[in-house]
Amino acid sequence: MTVILKTTGLSRYFGAVTAAEDINVTITEGEIVGVIGANGAGKTTFINMVTGYLPPSSGTIDFGGNAIKGLGPRKLMRKGLTRSFQIPQLFLEMPVIDNLAIALAAAENKQFQMIRPVRTPKRLEAAEEILAQMNISQYRNEMVTAMPQGARKLLDIAIAMLGSPRMLLLDEPTSGVSMEEKYALMDTVMEAVRQRGLTVLFVEHDMEIVQRYVTRVLAFASGIVIKDGPVEKVLADEKVQELVTGKPQAPKIEGDAPHES
Amino acid sequence: MILEKSEIPLIGAAVAIALASLVVPSWLVFTTTLAISTALVVMGVVMLMRAGLVSFGQGLFYCLGGYAVGLGGRYLGITDALLLVGLGVVVTVGLAMVLGLLVTRYREIFFAMLSLAFSMILYGVLVKSHNLGSTDGFGVVDWTILGFTPGSGESSTRIALLLALVLALGFALFLNRYFKSSLGLACEAIRENEVRVEYMGVSRKQVLYINYVIAAAVGSVGGSMTALAAGHVDPTMAYWTISGEFVFIAILGGTGHIAAPFLAAIIFTLVRTYAVELAPNAWQMILGIVLLLIILFLPKGIWSLFTRKKGVAS
Amino acid sequence: MLTVWAILIDGFIYASWLFLVAAGLTVIYGVMRILNMAHGSLYALGAYASASALGWYYAGGGDQLLVAFAIIAASAVLIGALTGLIIERGLLRLMYGRDEVLMLIVTFAVLLILQDAVKLIWGTTPYSAYQPYVAMGRINIDVLTVSGYDLMVLGVSIVIGFGLWFWLERTKVGKILRSIIHDREVSEAMGVNVRRMFTITFMIGATLGAIAGGITAPIISVVPGLGIEVIVMAFAVVVTGGLGSITGAAVGAIIVGLARAASIHTMPELELFIIYAVMAGVLIFRPHGLFGQVIARKI
Repeated sequence: MTVILKTTGLSRYFGAVTAAEDINVTITEGEIVGVIGANGAGKTTFINMVTGYLPPSSGTIDFGGNAIKGLGPRKLMRKGLTRSFQIPQLFLEMPVIDNLAIALAAAENKQFQMIRPVRTPKRLEAAEEILAQMNISQYRNEMVTAMPQGARKLLDIAIAMLGSPRMLLLDEPTSGVSMEEKYALMDTVMEAVRQRGLTVLFVEHDMEIVQRYVTRVLAFASGIVIKDGPVEKVLADEKVQELVTGKPQAPKIEGDAPHES
Repeated sequence: MILEKSEIPLIGAAVAIALASLVVPSWLVFTTTLAISTALVVMGVVMLMRAGLVSFGQGLFYCLGGYAVGLGGRYLGITDALLLVGLGVVVTVGLAMVLGLLVTRYREIFFAMLSLAFSMILYGVLVKSHNLGSTDGFGVVDWTILGFTPGSGESSTRIALLLALVLALGFALFLNRYFKSSLGLACEAIRENEVRVEYMGVSRKQVLYINYVIAAAVGSVGGSMTALAAGHVDPTMAYWTISGEFVFIAILGGTGHIAAPFLAAIIFTLVRTYAVELAPNAWQMILGIVLLLIILFLPKGIWSLFTRKKGVAS
Repeated sequence: MLTVWAILIDGFIYASWLFLVAAGLTVIYGVMRILNMAHGSLYALGAYASASALGWYYAGGGDQLLVAFAIIAASAVLIGALTGLIIERGLLRLMYGRDEVLMLIVTFAVLLILQDAVKLIWGTTPYSAYQPYVAMGRINIDVLTVSGYDLMVLGVSIVIGFGLWFWLERTKVGKILRSIIHDREVSEAMGVNVRRMFTITFMIGATLGAIAGGITAPIISVVPGLGIEVIVMAFAVVVTGGLGSITGAAVGAIIVGLARAASIHTMPELELFIIYAVMAGVLIFRPHGLFGQVIARKI
């Protein structure tokens, strides 16, 4: 079993506020790891640091045996570390097919072509395949604005899986998705993950989803990892129940409908 | 290179204008040449707009192109029109490659204002350059083309139009493909969502940089053609209200189709020709009102009138 | 040494004028996130209104300096507030929430309209109302002489600067405005009438522009196109200082003012160039200006 991601002493402070402190996590190739914690526990901060969106205040990050701290999202994507977003990050005023076509071109590192159309027959075919796998083929010619939230999440995750990544970080894949759609969405995503043999780290609020799809769990509270281990064990832990799962979940504000900017 | 379906109307339109230029009066030929030159600059503004950037300083490159023609003839002894246009492009690309390093860090009003500031710097320098005629500018030498001397007067006007047409068609064909290419779409993607673009492994900065430099080059060609046609250059080419007019024309036409800048530039130039005569003190007011009406009621420009009934997928 | 004094005196006088012109622009941007290109037109309107009112007063045999100042103030405030109200209620209100760049273009359209409106109302012949300027004479400082009127502009500028600071930092309305700047949605949810605050802010910003024009009228010849020159300089000042910050506008005005005075006294050919060079130079090292703030995007 090879280690794919390893963080040591990873911390992030915003002024006097501790967003994440001394996070030591080792993840091996092929693991599906859940990240749980109340709002503000440091989950998204952790993901943002690992994927290069937020520079850590201190600590180290190793990916595939290389130190990656200080690298931006672009370089990390090229190294095989990608992510999806709590609020899907898509090109809202572009047809779904073009969202995929440009992402495919970028994955091939062909983003500087000026004369050849981005919609090559090969890319269109690949895009159709992805749409079919994600069960969102019916939206191919629609603008992203015409898609429901669940379909947007799937497209966002599909784009993150392009360019043969090795590891995928999912930031609350089911937030904003209705109860009925949740499992179908996760089944689709996990099937795609399995086919590609990806290592997955995913942040989730819904404990049923966590129990169903994850083998190992990291529990965050106040910026630190309070428990790390097999899912049953972590969820049964008293401290975790008290700080993470026991309380009724607070209504979320940050995961609301995406706002066009 | 195989012709695409969407390219045939563009070529057809260019041929039609070329043929019409043989019969229409000289003033109309001249006006059309100016309109086409303006449209070239506006194409650059549209390129930036598609990437989400509004330049209130495209006059910088327009002016550089114009002055390259003027100075190339005056100090370097170049008379060939194509060489003069090429000189402008080389100078402009050189400058844009330096400025691009800075301006591609900015978005929104900061980009607008910074580009405005750079064009005003050129304006300030030219106004204070007494040996270049200060605010009056200076005349462009009689030019030749591929060894042929059109002389001055009517034949030079018509040949200038043909040259402008050829150059404009070339750029239009290029941009028509560019807008559908990876880079063209990457620009739109940046306008839509920069975070995603970066996570796709694409450098926003490089994409915007290349786009900016090409837009500058087109602007320079537009300025050079204006200088060749009008036979005169002056610092107002770099003044920010001229850049404002380019923004106006870009919004008037919309960014939906490569022909839109041409249509809008021709309407603009023709209306101005009359408006300046008939209502010299209300011309800008008309512009302002039209601009507001377009923003309020036709946010995608007049070109959307032609495409409204078609579907979104194209 | 004499040059240094001349640069300092001219620089601060020019800076005070720049601040007057830029203050309204930065107040509007700070609260409403609208970079008002039509600000130059409000300056022009103020200048024309004051110049014609002064002309009427002096033609009628008036010669009281204080009355002249009252006329400048009254005509500028009247036309600025009224035009501001019309623009905000009649146009901007329809477009709140749209892109900052689109609002920039909208105010550009307003600028074009007002530009010609001024010509239609006042014609194209220059107006001059130099009487107050002459009446205030010149003051000798060692071997240099300074116009009394220029010193008064400096004073007015300082008073307006402190007034704005007091208004934003020490009054109830200012507190509400700062809450809007900080988080518009939250203030709205707390019951702040954001629209009314926007109207007030825009009227005050517009009035400041008109006052700047009115005060300048006796110094210059009031001609068409005057607002255009001014707006670009005001932009340079507020962008250098940091958009939306009163302190930034003051510091930006001083830097630009001194730089311009230095160039006039040592390298006059760089006069126009220097303002924008300062701005570009500052932006290279401080992308959001000296006192500007960066807003991070949430994902």
